[in-house]
Amino acid sequence: MSNDVVLALVIVTGLSFDFTNGFHDTANAMATSIATKALGPRAAVALSAVLNLVGAFLSLSVAATIANGLVSTGLVTLAVVFGGLAGAIIWNLITWLFGIPSSSSHALIGGIIGATLAAAGSHAVKWQGLVSKVIIPAVLAPFIAALVATVGTYLVYRIARSMREGSRRHGFRIGQVGSASLVSLAHGTNDAQKTMGIITLALITNGTLAGGATTPLWVVVLCALSIAGGTYAGGWRVIRTLGKGLVEIEPPQGFAAESSSAAVILLSTHFGYSLSTTQVATGSILGCGLGKKGAQVRWNVAGRMGVAWIITLPSAGLMGAISYFIASAVGGTAGILVDLVLLIGISAAIYWRSRSTRVNRKNVNSDWTGTVAPSRAGVTP
Amino acid sequence: MSSWIDLRAVWEIVVVGLLAGAGLPALFAIGLRALGTPGKGHVKISDDELVGGSRAGIPIAAACFAIVLAAIGYGIYIVVISGHGAK
Repeated sequence: MSNDVVLALVIVTGLSFDFTNGFHDTANAMATSIATKALGPRAAVALSAVLNLVGAFLSLSVAATIANGLVSTGLVTLAVVFGGLAGAIIWNLITWLFGIPSSSSHALIGGIIGATLAAAGSHAVKWQGLVSKVIIPAVLAPFIAALVATVGTYLVYRIARSMREGSRRHGFRIGQVGSASLVSLAHGTNDAQKTMGIITLALITNGTLAGGATTPLWVVVLCALSIAGGTYAGGWRVIRTLGKGLVEIEPPQGFAAESSSAAVILLSTHFGYSLSTTQVATGSILGCGLGKKGAQVRWNVAGRMGVAWIITLPSAGLMGAISYFIASAVGGTAGILVDLVLLIGISAAIYWRSRSTRVNRKNVNSDWTGTVAPSRAGVTP
Repeated sequence: MSSWIDLRAVWEIVVVGLLAGAGLPALFAIGLRALGTPGKGHVKISDDELVGGSRAGIPIAAACFAIVLAAIGYGIYIVVISGHGAK
């Protein structure tokens, strides 16, 4: 009986993570379109939300990797899954506060691994699955995306250089609507599945499903709705960093960057690689800056992101481990409830903190002045 | 070693990624350029118009856009087919 309560809490927490995943990652698909004004901010997040919803139904390869490929399902308890999710949510909110496009996927995987290590030790982690399906794709994907976007940007500018400025801008803005839509769809196929995988893992842990089972439909539906809701909420802070902070983007560049992201993410989904869509998008945006002569890439912003990428897995892991320790020290359902109260408190504090430096759809495109929240003087009407 | 890193998959992602992620945008750009090529007796209405009215340009553009759309459709089809266990 109490197990069912805990299971329900784990599922709700999982869906909450999926929501943070959605708003943290709206930027991946839409930052460049919003920056080049190919789409209005409100239309962009709505379109992205709908396509994330659709994308979530397209594939289950990545969910299978997460549910069965990372940790020994026999050694994991619901408290472990809960601890991992709590760690992932907190790390996602912290990076969002600073407007850093860190990987929601790594936060989730880090949190789960951290809690598993704390609970059962290193033999419960399938290191080979972790390295081959998560770590290596994580290291390679941004470089591949940057390469593809650099080549794409170079080709596009070379082909279109004789076009009139006005019609070129107009044409590629239309192209961007298509390419950004594909990134949203691809995001749904890859990221929505990660939470599906975790909830499936929780169901297997609880004995509701047999080991190696595939994801039930109701889990797919709930996860699809959560990530779409989060996407619609729009993580304006991260959108601003990606769209304005890294590179000043023109429509042909945005188009090339999005095409590269969409291709790399969809291919990785195809192979069951749970890669970070955030890192792919960032790699692509850097590439579109490299592929155009004279484009300015703000390497200091890129460097800060790089640091965040490296520390995301261990940091989320540490937070996952801490929340597992708290839950197990108190013990049982009460322990999970204590964790839950802490999680809600910390989330509320971070949200409250974010309100003093607000970024929303009105100031998301203000000129980059070195910080996430535009200074009042820098706000353009 | 090959169980830790799937080189074939990496290689495929790079090659197909370049074809789809850089090749298709290039094709779209060719289409836009062909579409915008000015034809005989064309009167410019606005600076950001897309159609130039060239007799050769329009079919070339149509072919480019059709290939791009077909490739996207095929790509999504493959992901869906392989993503639900029907390998």
